Amino acid sequence: MIDYIQPDYEVVRNKELCIKCKVCVRQCANNVHVYDESRDVLYVDNSKCVNCHRCVTLCPAKALKIVKTDHCFKPSANYTEDIIKDIYRQADTGGVLLSSMGTPKSYPVYWDKILLNASQVTNPSIDPLREPMEIRTFLGRKPEEIRYLPDGSIETEKYPNLELKVPIMFSAMSYGSISKNAHIALARAAEQLGTFYNTGEGGLHEDLYKYGPNTIVQVASGRFGVHPAYLDAGAAIEIKIGQGAKPGIGGHLPGSKIGEEVSRTRMIPMGTDAISPAPHHDIYSIEDLRQLVYSLKEATDYKKPVIVKIAAVHNVAAIASGIARSGADIIAIDGFRGGTGAAPTRIRDNVGIPIELALAAVDTRLREEGIRNNVGLVVAGSVRTSADVVKAIALGADAVYIATPALLAIGCHLCRSCHAGRCNWGIATQVPELVQRLNPDVAYKRLVNLVSAWSHEIMEIMGGMGINSIEALRGNRLMLRGIGLTQKELDILGIRHAGE
Amino acid sequence: MKIDAKGMHFAELDRLIKSSPDSEVTIDNVLGQRYIAAGASGKNITINGVPGNALGAYMDGCRIEVRGNAQDAVGDTMNDGTLVIYGNCGDTTGYGMRGGRIFVKGYAGWRVGIHMKEYGSAVPEIVVGGSAGAYLGEYQAGGRIVVLGIGCEDRPCVGDFTSTGMHGGRIYVRSRYVPADLPKQTEVSAVTDKSELEPLVREFCGYFGYDADKLLADDYYVLTPSTAYIYKRMYTNRPF
Repeated sequence: MIDYIQPDYEVVRNKELCIKCKVCVRQCANNVHVYDESRDVLYVDNSKCVNCHRCVTLCPAKALKIVKTDHCFKPSANYTEDIIKDIYRQADTGGVLLSSMGTPKSYPVYWDKILLNASQVTNPSIDPLREPMEIRTFLGRKPEEIRYLPDGSIETEKYPNLELKVPIMFSAMSYGSISKNAHIALARAAEQLGTFYNTGEGGLHEDLYKYGPNTIVQVASGRFGVHPAYLDAGAAIEIKIGQGAKPGIGGHLPGSKIGEEVSRTRMIPMGTDAISPAPHHDIYSIEDLRQLVYSLKEATDYKKPVIVKIAAVHNVAAIASGIARSGADIIAIDGFRGGTGAAPTRIRDNVGIPIELALAAVDTRLREEGIRNNVGLVVAGSVRTSADVVKAIALGADAVYIATPALLAIGCHLCRSCHAGRCNWGIATQVPELVQRLNPDVAYKRLVNLVSAWSHEIMEIMGGMGINSIEALRGNRLMLRGIGLTQKELDILGIRHAGE
Repeated sequence: MKIDAKGMHFAELDRLIKSSPDSEVTIDNVLGQRYIAAGASGKNITINGVPGNALGAYMDGCRIEVRGNAQDAVGDTMNDGTLVIYGNCGDTTGYGMRGGRIFVKGYAGWRVGIHMKEYGSAVPEIVVGGSAGAYLGEYQAGGRIVVLGIGCEDRPCVGDFTSTGMHGGRIYVRSRYVPADLPKQTEVSAVTDKSELEPLVREFCGYFGYDADKLLADDYYVLTPSTAYIYKRMYTNRPF
């Protein structure tokens, strides 16, 4: 069969600089670089290159670069090169297209169309270097009222809350989709930062139970790795209903990623596919969701908040309203630009709605119904910078989940090839020799650096607004103005246009 | 310890069970209380009445006898222990079960044993005396399901879409009627070696008073997955 598809990238080797040390050959798990010993020549097979920069970064002579090929089809704004190649691929294989990480398509990024306020003259700004700035956040249901006893002490029903020193958590990424070393880095960083990481639905490796106080354990439709000790280990339990990158469908971790340790953690035989079906087969209604929420609460003695994570879809506000009445303590909403270890391309690129609009719609709805304080609200799905965090909180979130920035911090180069399982950076792979490339001692410090830097920036931005506590920022949409947005978009976001 | 559950809220009932100093607990007048013994271990519980949904969910080593019917999600994600139900049970019995055993005297609802797991010596087992509803063993990844079809000898005793997505474990059925619509990845064969089946059938008969030799003498078929990679050929990797 003729292969119609030409490589997207070209590896360019500067022969004057190259010392033929063959680091590139050893480092590339995709076998792009080949050394021909008989002729003492290094070749490249561009068709295998995913543009992950591993060879470029590790080349001691700095002799390599990767460029987008200028080989092209006749340009068309309608039948783009991507579409043509996808059609070839499907004609070759008959398969469903599979991709990973967040959609690269150019949908509007509303974070970039929202501007923040700052104080001038009146209501002066606050200098976070000199003055206290509170970004500690409590996530969970809040008491409806405070009652005083005759002796003046306070009697109030307290619900289990998560205490976050920073309003940023690491989102769910399963052990299986990412490596054990990546999980260790996330766990240690969460512990040091006073926040939480999330196991995803792959269970919890026995070596990571000690990070339980900073762990959110997930329960999904496949129930992988769920047992009483796992539920007890976590600080909170998250029921995964949906994921932003693939709303409405489940996950399949291919058998090739199920080695001995993943097999033991998920409790399925080695080498079999790990299938999380699209729905929870026992949840068809909010009442059924309530049953799962309460079975988890009963099993853990009502000591831990229960999170329900959903993808941002068209009716997200009504769905969130139901969840807020289901007994859940926290709702996590994942927008459609969020990442994934593998998702059908057409779903990733076409299903769901942006997190900014979903967040504003949900927060507005819960406030209108007087049930916003029943739940904490966490948003995910492409929160890329500290400014995005501030905008999310001002739109009504209590905290955010980040995943892609966390992976970037530990070496991901966003080559979007996680589903192939040969991550050269040791993150989205289970191949032992690749996993060992990721040093958790270094990686966790980079995560701590990233989140610490964002915390400083959040404090700077808040100080500039004259706000010294995250409580006063939450849902404070007066601090936001739209730029280049239609009236409809402004109405949904509940903000005014710049200049108004 | 004896508990009268009449009119009692599930949270109160569960608190009493878990805080009981006795390992033997008998609960009378149970009527629909959910989550009984959820996540519990080390108790020997007798339930007189009809427990509500999610009986023994995440359970880790209790032994529970239900003198009546049970409802949905019995033994959801249970890890260890034994559930003996002297009646029928509802949908998603043994959902995501990781270990332990469930014996049901009568029939069971839909999606029994869906997503059952297995690892090493932890092999969950479900024995249903009567018939089982549709989607039996859906996405089954391990464990053993036995459907004895007592009283259904003249017709199929498993429902439609049995073993859809099955990729591990085994389903034994005492019947001559093999469903016509079994999915492509399921293989069906007559049982010649009953060594795995025998102790389960004998234990079942010990609880419910059936003649084990008679049941074991009948014809059984077994469903097994033909591949552990049911979706291997479904996808084509896209490099961006």
